Amino acid sequence: MSDLSIWVTIIALGIGTFLIRFSFLGLLGGRDLPDWLTRHLRYVPVAVLPGLVAPLVVWPAATGGEADLARSLAALTALAIGALTRSVLGAIFGGMAVLYTVQFFL
Amino acid sequence: MGGAYWQGFRAGVPFVLVVAPFGLLFGVVATEAGLDIVQTMAMTVLVIAGASQFAALQLLSDNAPTFVAILTGLAVNMRMAMYSASLTPHLGKASLGMRSLVAYFLVDQSYAISVVEYEKAPARVLPEKLAYFFGSVSPIAPLWYGFTYVGAVAGKAIPPEYALDFAVPITFISLVAPALRSLPHIAAAFVSVTMALFLAWLPYNSGLMVAAVLAMMAGAAIEKRLEAKA
Repeated sequence: MSDLSIWVTIIALGIGTFLIRFSFLGLLGGRDLPDWLTRHLRYVPVAVLPGLVAPLVVWPAATGGEADLARSLAALTALAIGALTRSVLGAIFGGMAVLYTVQFFL
Repeated sequence: MGGAYWQGFRAGVPFVLVVAPFGLLFGVVATEAGLDIVQTMAMTVLVIAGASQFAALQLLSDNAPTFVAILTGLAVNMRMAMYSASLTPHLGKASLGMRSLVAYFLVDQSYAISVVEYEKAPARVLPEKLAYFFGSVSPIAPLWYGFTYVGAVAGKAIPPEYALDFAVPITFISLVAPALRSLPHIAAAFVSVTMALFLAWLPYNSGLMVAAVLAMMAGAAIEKRLEAKA
């Protein structure tokens, strides 16, 4: 790859990503959104993040796309701790602890 | 307002654990792929979206055409348009300059932390909401830059047994699990997971976008039905 293609990628990706982030916030601004839209927008976090994560858990890149017991158990642990205790930090620590423990014993 | 800033800051601190190794990893991978330190830092500061940076870098290293690397990186970031829309009811009345600043710092972590707080405490006024948002990103962004630099300079590969690749999914699961507090939320998450896996073969990450839209529709439809019953 050439220096030029690296710089073009950096600048185009930087500007494009900013415009994506600015889009609704910048252009709609203070206008009130219709009820049906805010009803849908309430579900953005639970609609995007689980789908973003699912392939990373089921087909982890680090194992060449093979499902892996340690990673699956770690993901389930984080989910369970997070859902039951509502503690984000507890879920992160619990999930990573299970990941390291299972990897150590296998 | 200072109170809201520090509350946001405290909510952001745990993510240092994830952002630091992820930044380190990007610095290492970018320099190994042939970027110099200026290019690595320019990318990290201008784009400030790890997953898309890895994706674009991977394609450039594979000698894909430049426009393919750019479009793939942008596709990976399309989810942030939904974050932007979702924050509009809360922050849309801020000044244009403030909204631009929020847009620049709108990363997965600051979005998830802030939107959860806004839903929990809808009575907060706009300056408090802004302070909370900037508080949440304050421990995250500088560390993202800083650890990318450390990774780029140190340049040594992190041993794979640390399984740092998995710090990212674990954080996102931990962020979203506490939000699974009602039937519509659980249904939306379920649709999101199954459809994202089912549509993973679609190019440019578009399967995730379709899955997310279907999941939002599922959540909204069930919410409406439950309301009609009540």
